[in-house]
Amino acid sequence: MEVIFILIAVSLILAVTFLFLFFRAMKDGQFDDSYTPSIRILFENQPKKSKKDQPKKTKSYE
Amino acid sequence: MHPVLPSEIQSKCYHCGESCEQEFISVEDKKFCCQGCKLVYEVLTQNDLCEYYELDANPGKSQKDNSRLKNRFDYLDDLDVGQKLLDFKNDLESHITFYIPLIHCASCIWLLENLFQINKSIFSSRVDFIKKKVQVKFLHDQISLKEVVSLLSSLGYEPKINLSDLDHKSKNPVDRKTLTKLGVAGFCFGNMMLFSMPEYFSEAELLGEGFKRLFDYLNVVLSLPIVFYSASDYYTSAWNAIRQRKINMDVPIVLGIIAFFLYSLWEIFVQGNAGYMDSLGGLLFFLLLGKVYQQKTFATLEFDRDYKSYFPIAVTRLIQDREEVIPLFKLQVGDVVLVRDEELIPADALLLSDQADIDYSFVTGEEVPIPKRKGELIYAGGRQKGEPILLTIQKSPSQGYLTDLWNNESFEKSNKRLLEPLANRISGVFTWTVLSIALVAFVFWMGKDLSIAVKAFTTVLIVACPCALSMSTPFTLGNTLRIFGKGKFYLKNAAVVERLALLDTVVFDKTGTLTDPANASIEYFGEPLSAETKSIIKAMVARSTHPLSNRINLFLGKIHPVHLEKVQELKGAGVLAVYKNQEFRLGSKSFTGVKGDHFSEGGNHVFLNVEGVNLGYFHIQSGLRNGASKVVKGLAENYELHVLSGDHAHERESLALQLSSELKFNFEQSPTDKLNYLKALNIKGKNTLMIGDGLNDAGALQESQVGIAITDRVSHFSPASDAILDAESFVRIPNFLAFARNSRLIIKASFGLSFLYNILGISLAVQGLLSPVLCAILMPLSSISVVVFTTLATNFMGVRKSLIHLNKH
Repeated sequence: MEVIFILIAVSLILAVTFLFLFFRAMKDGQFDDSYTPSIRILFENQPKKSKKDQPKKTKSYE
Repeated sequence: MHPVLPSEIQSKCYHCGESCEQEFISVEDKKFCCQGCKLVYEVLTQNDLCEYYELDANPGKSQKDNSRLKNRFDYLDDLDVGQKLLDFKNDLESHITFYIPLIHCASCIWLLENLFQINKSIFSSRVDFIKKKVQVKFLHDQISLKEVVSLLSSLGYEPKINLSDLDHKSKNPVDRKTLTKLGVAGFCFGNMMLFSMPEYFSEAELLGEGFKRLFDYLNVVLSLPIVFYSASDYYTSAWNAIRQRKINMDVPIVLGIIAFFLYSLWEIFVQGNAGYMDSLGGLLFFLLLGKVYQQKTFATLEFDRDYKSYFPIAVTRLIQDREEVIPLFKLQVGDVVLVRDEELIPADALLLSDQADIDYSFVTGEEVPIPKRKGELIYAGGRQKGEPILLTIQKSPSQGYLTDLWNNESFEKSNKRLLEPLANRISGVFTWTVLSIALVAFVFWMGKDLSIAVKAFTTVLIVACPCALSMSTPFTLGNTLRIFGKGKFYLKNAAVVERLALLDTVVFDKTGTLTDPANASIEYFGEPLSAETKSIIKAMVARSTHPLSNRINLFLGKIHPVHLEKVQELKGAGVLAVYKNQEFRLGSKSFTGVKGDHFSEGGNHVFLNVEGVNLGYFHIQSGLRNGASKVVKGLAENYELHVLSGDHAHERESLALQLSSELKFNFEQSPTDKLNYLKALNIKGKNTLMIGDGLNDAGALQESQVGIAITDRVSHFSPASDAILDAESFVRIPNFLAFARNSRLIIKASFGLSFLYNILGISLAVQGLLSPVLCAILMPLSSISVVVFTTLATNFMGVRKSLIHLNKH
């Protein structure tokens, strides 16, 4: 039964990880605007004609 | 690509979707209604951004009237202004958030977030669709703020920058802290429930005593973030209340938390028992949940606007015939300013030009422009219609006839005369009762068994902790807020609901609130009009944008306009037309050459003159808003009613006849008079509701217990207030007030419900019978049943008051 000690530790670490992720998401402002991302996700990420190089592309979707 | 469909689509502007059958500019196979739209299209084509047109059809805005001057953004080069507008600035980059009212579709988001493709110096832009805001980050060495704004403007997305943007008040209203606290409480509570399992199931005994101890200690560790972090707001609030020698809802909560925590520590470490840590976690989790639920905000609406939200940030000043765009705060008395068509008068000023037409719809709600002559004083807040005018500034922008309102003391004390919320009044009695019961139980047991005495004392405090009690208010009010929102009545916060329930006096503004400019009553006096003359007038008014023309146009109904040989609108005078070689004039007295003063009183007159002969005139009076008399009659039973109006008293009798004889009318009220009127009512001990629409009501809205601003376009314009009401819901005002009273009853009923739980719990606790298991069942059960009760009851009432429609979808 001593294995339960390990399981408890694992479960707590897991839960703390999720809590930490929640904090980070909160700090990034993920809960500030809950509508716009639902539209943004539908945009084509790839420019159709790649005439130009767009080095900053990824940055704008940070 | 869009399939080429019927001619109807082809004759629409590719950019803005406006029909352009007669005149258009075509580029390739696309048609544009104006140069502006074509220009935007060309910019987008050059930058490979035509996807803009594929996300939504004709997403742009017509650029026809976008012929404004290039130097209008010059003030952005002013360092002071730039500094105040920016969110953030370092050596390299600047961040700024713009409000762009035009944002309305997916294409808008896409284009605004792809600004970097047009100018590489803008490295990021992000849209918040609901708030219609975009945050732009740019490298200020390579592009100036002015150039960023000009770029947005050239795309048709001109940011709206007002005087209030300079104030930089609390910019981030999103309450991240409460959510974080809820997250922490949820995490701890969830894990504590798991570790409390051995208490509830006898099978867990198999794990052995060692595990049980470990679980108890883990519970203690997990309770620390809850007690010391998540609950911190309750301590501050309770402490503040006690310092003012008051007891609010948070005092018994804090008592409960302390009792829970200390008693559980004692149980776990001294007695070797399980303690009540999981119930403590549950308590705070539910409490915070209620708090978050109550904080429903309408992100698109702003309730705290003052005149600064409408005033421009910059004005054009003339110095020796040289135009210069300066920020408004640098404007001084004696300066000469130039105000163009559709621009706002920034300060009280004397008119230097021959004549002006000032539209005061922002201020009074009346949209028919008022003509002014040379030398007259013009109050700030009006909008010039027509030719550019010159003005000499008489007072600084913040000291004017209208803006002086905001210097009144009512605006300094931010809080209204505070009504004690129901919950606070009850919790005072509640706290003392519980404390005395606990003491009596302690004294009773002390003689027999000290440990039972301690247990009885603390468990009474624990079980009586007003979890259910304190949740009934936030959930009822939160629900009411949502139901009101569905009925297009938006409250600033939940506390307004309770204030709404206690009103006994309603004060209406007249123009724009009880009356509706769009509902004008029109009469024609003079020689009867032939069908042909009517058609001619119809054609004339159709070409004019003046509000009176629109009203006559509506009045004439659906008759076919003739084709006029020549038609011309003279701003501030009237419309001149030629038909079959006859000259028709429709407009003001001086324009038509009418003399004398023998016309029906009040309202506006529009005169008709054919070939120098005066045929007659239209008399236009603003009519009552639809349902106004129904609202007034509905309220007359329960409320004292007043009407405040800035107009002359000539409409008193007709209004009294149409509305109700019980109304108390007050005419010729200045903005400050209105404020003082409300103040006088308040001093008499009335609970006042002010319903108004213009900036001239702002003082009264602020002074009243509840101020409701009524508006046709909710996100558009409204002075600072406690609530914003969509004009189409005006008829439902009596329902809203009745519903607010009902939700107060619901709060009371759910208090009753939670008292039942408390009596049950306390009766067990005084006997020393309360166990962790019982506590763990009773606490959530009482909370959840109260939440369910309030939710069902408010929704039921909402349906009965026809604020929610069951089969809407």
